[in-house]
Amino acid sequence: MTIASLTKPAPSAHKPRMGKRTLAGMILVLGSALAGGCVSVNAPDKPIVIELNINIKQEVIYRLADDVRQNIEANPEIF
Amino acid sequence: MTLIRTFARTLLGGALVASLAVSAPALSQARDPAYEAARVAGQVGEKMNGYLAPVGDQSSTVQKLVDDLNNRRRENYAARAQAARPPATLQEYAFAQGCILIGRLENGMKYQAPDGSWKTKNGAADRDPRCP
Repeated sequence: MTIASLTKPAPSAHKPRMGKRTLAGMILVLGSALAGGCVSVNAPDKPIVIELNINIKQEVIYRLADDVRQNIEANPEIF
Repeated sequence: MTLIRTFARTLLGGALVASLAVSAPALSQARDPAYEAARVAGQVGEKMNGYLAPVGDQSSTVQKLVDDLNNRRRENYAARAQAARPPATLQEYAFAQGCILIGRLENGMKYQAPDGSWKTKNGAADRDPRCP
């Protein structure tokens, strides 16, 4: 006796359809890509310089003014 | 005998005075001649941050001279910043020194303007607005 069987697995009686939400999401992603809404990040061609001088307060510079003037007189060889 | 001794003493004193007279102008020319020459030639400039830098591409000799002086300046700034009351940071002290150095620079010398460009001193310098 031979047993007749299918070579392929039996298809499901219900074929799941794409959910409405998934479809809307795909349209949104596609739409924003087409509209050029992608955020592109490019590496800067100039070196990044961290400006430390901006943190120095004028008040401090004025307070040190006399000391640095004396420093020039005391150590002329390094200036 | 006493006369000779007095004479010798006068001679010694004279020599001492003469040697002092010689050392006095040497003090005012305290800069290394190679550094002075590089300054005058515009190869080395004074930066806003209190340190030196080669202006454009310079020889390794000039670069070495700049590095050496900057190391000595940093050491000096660090000590004086700490000794100040209230103490200042190394960067604050160095920046204040840069203000005064650029302000006192002789005409024809190079310095860094606030926009980062090199300028030649000609009268009042283009300095940071915070400079005294």
